[in-house]
Amino acid sequence: MTNSPQTDGVVAARLDDATLAAHFDDLYPDLDAHEARVAADRCYFCHDAPCITACPTDIDIPLFIRQIQAGQPDAAARTILSQNILGSMCARVCPTETLCEGSCVRNDAEGNPVEIGRLQRYATDGLLAANEHPFTRAPATGKSVAVVGAGPAGLSAAHRLAMLGHAVTMYDTRPKPGGLNEYGIAAYKAANGIAQAEVDWLLQIGGIAVETGKALGGDLTLDGLKGQFDAVFLGVGLQGVNALRVPGEDLPSVRDAVDFIEELRQTEDKSTLAIGRHVVVIGGGMTAVDAAVQSRLLGAEHVSIVYRRDRGAMSASDYELDHAATEGVTILTNAMPVEVSAAGVTFAYTRSGAAGLEKTGETFTLPADQVFKAIGQTLKGQPEALALEGGKIAIDAQGRTSVAGVWAGGDCATGGEDLTVTAVAQGRDAALDIHAALGA
Amino acid sequence: MADLTSNFVGIKSTNPFWLASAPPTDKEYNVRRAFEAGWGGVVWKTLGEEGPPVVNVNGPRYGAIWGADRRLLGLNNIELITDRPLEVNLREMKAVKRDYPDRALIASIMVPCVEEAWKAILPLVEETGADGIELNCGCPHGMSERGMGAAVGQNPDLIEQITRWCKQYTRMPVIVKLTPNITDVRKPAQAAKRGGADAVSLINTINSITSVDLDDFAPEPTIDGKGTHGGYCGPAVKPIALNMVAEIARDPMTADLPISGIGGVTTWRDAAEFLTLGAGNVQVCTAAMTYGFGIIKEMTAGLSLWMDKKGFTSVDQITGRAVPNVTDWQYLNLNYVTKAVIDQDKCISCGRCYAACEDTSHQAILMKEGRVFEVDDSECVACNLCVNVCPVEECITMKRVAPGSLDERTGNVVPAEKGDWTQHPNNPMASAAE
Repeated sequence: MTNSPQTDGVVAARLDDATLAAHFDDLYPDLDAHEARVAADRCYFCHDAPCITACPTDIDIPLFIRQIQAGQPDAAARTILSQNILGSMCARVCPTETLCEGSCVRNDAEGNPVEIGRLQRYATDGLLAANEHPFTRAPATGKSVAVVGAGPAGLSAAHRLAMLGHAVTMYDTRPKPGGLNEYGIAAYKAANGIAQAEVDWLLQIGGIAVETGKALGGDLTLDGLKGQFDAVFLGVGLQGVNALRVPGEDLPSVRDAVDFIEELRQTEDKSTLAIGRHVVVIGGGMTAVDAAVQSRLLGAEHVSIVYRRDRGAMSASDYELDHAATEGVTILTNAMPVEVSAAGVTFAYTRSGAAGLEKTGETFTLPADQVFKAIGQTLKGQPEALALEGGKIAIDAQGRTSVAGVWAGGDCATGGEDLTVTAVAQGRDAALDIHAALGA
Repeated sequence: MADLTSNFVGIKSTNPFWLASAPPTDKEYNVRRAFEAGWGGVVWKTLGEEGPPVVNVNGPRYGAIWGADRRLLGLNNIELITDRPLEVNLREMKAVKRDYPDRALIASIMVPCVEEAWKAILPLVEETGADGIELNCGCPHGMSERGMGAAVGQNPDLIEQITRWCKQYTRMPVIVKLTPNITDVRKPAQAAKRGGADAVSLINTINSITSVDLDDFAPEPTIDGKGTHGGYCGPAVKPIALNMVAEIARDPMTADLPISGIGGVTTWRDAAEFLTLGAGNVQVCTAAMTYGFGIIKEMTAGLSLWMDKKGFTSVDQITGRAVPNVTDWQYLNLNYVTKAVIDQDKCISCGRCYAACEDTSHQAILMKEGRVFEVDDSECVACNLCVNVCPVEECITMKRVAPGSLDERTGNVVPAEKGDWTQHPNNPMASAAE
């Protein structure tokens, strides 16, 4: 190690290997069996439990926790996975503080909810580690379905369709299935290859052919798929990235945060990754947080997240923002970029005015060797036939698009909240509707 | 400050907490440690007759059940009486008593039901300077198969007989330890009294299998694939013990018979409860086996503080204080009407009261918009289940419907006067209310 956090410029190996390994290991280790039982015993088994209502995939949370308490975490895993086939990753990335744990009655009792996320992870990880796949396929229906996009929505749809007896072909543009679970989430949230392990385990259902390196607009066309399959499910995510639209955006120091996160996830040896001494992340969502925190974990000395509105408007959860602050990330709000230069980024302070967000006239400049853009992703390359709504593929409650025989779900479609768990729910529900529509 | 010194049937001790005859009191080393820790007395682990001592199993002799955080709730054992030679125990007892004259030292004894056996052992025990003897009529495993322990305790005639022999052959106070593995605990207590016992102590352990190994299909604790019922003790048995103590305390035939209370005493509060139900002192085992002898400090400090707050100055003032309030069901006041009341500020909306009442009781809790739970007085029979299942202390309470007010469930005005089953019109045996 020749570099340190104080080394100028964009350099690799600011930290020694052991420190990097520790930084990118699991944020929280799994509960052990005893911890899990103690944590599970705190669940009150509420009547008509609020946590179930709060879960986008409607997992019977009190039941699975009771199964852990009764000494059968594998039974708990079955309860979870029957509703949410990506239960293991969801246990890691769900904003539980606003979903299940946020609704736990223990918050009222003592401000400390049952650790539902960690318990879910304990149960599902155990089943994955044992490499047991508890679901079996129904007899073949003779119907075939194309699933475009092997992210959470696509995987969820494909598994349910395969389980129901349909023959599924799942396409993805990237070399590995998994979507954002594999490419778009901070490494320390999915340590030890869990995302791929989960996909491999999921595919054990059988009846799902995976074809990578294929995308709509490339090898695939919607009409072609419609002709070849009985139904099509689109879970293509958001492949476009919003631009800053300020001078200097094209400087080599400016990069899309999603690219940085993807490269980091796919790089085994973190000491080869170059990171700036001064890093500025522009945006207010989970992507901004993941880029900022991981910049710090790679050894950047100063990392700031700068968001144009106030903190309450940031889409990143309080939990994530607190985590970023704990990791030494500075969070600046009410400031929008006006220019990027080789020296840094100049921001204008903002305030809410009559006509929306307006500049106060005051500016400041943050030094930056590296600038990450994380101001949102957009739908890109979607078939023209599909009706859109708010920049996303319009779907109804069953996941049907405006084109007959084509369903969609996940981040590319309306109705979700850009969460893994809502994508899983939409994929599952669309699969059930496809199954009904195919009349099998 | 309250005076905790105890005088139980003439046996004096520095406090009313004795260690029960059990593994913790098997030898001099343990007993000295107990006395150093502050225990008021010790009932030495049961002595058998002279000759080759009994043997114990060499596999597990304890089984247990636990709460979620592995808090030990109940313990079961298949250990027998002392497996050390009689003369060794007697020698050690003498040495300990000599060094701790202010503590109680009681010898637990179990010998065959023949007069010669008791006649032989009693002088040897008396010679140690022991303050009294406790007849082990309760040990439920092993020894009972040989006609001793619970086999005697389940036969009132035998209890009376051996008690009589003991009173005949020793001047030491005689405490008869009773088994709970019977249908009516008053019968052996009455027999002990007829035999001249100075006191009874109860309960001994309860026949039990703690669990079953679902791979080997064998009861726990398992010895080479087999198991046998052991004696159950610890916090889980306390309610059973409290009732048995109270039954003897309120039985006119044994009301004046002193009781040493045993069964799940873990804290000062458990002890206080035994005392109020008629015990003159308490004996402890499982709590010491779980946490070590140091727990005595909590017990004595706690009992003392409670007594100070209540204005009691001696243990005698507590003994039996709750006995007059233990009665038969038929005398309970049927005109005492209560209704559950939910404190909405404390309620956390878990809905357990609702589930319990709706599924298993009287459909008297309403679930309203926004997970608000309210009691329907027109259905509430005051069963108390909602109070018991509510995870928040004092959130649901039972409030009395004042005499003269309407009971919405029955449509009747609550009478001011007491009315029990003996006077109730539905009771064919009712005495006419003149």
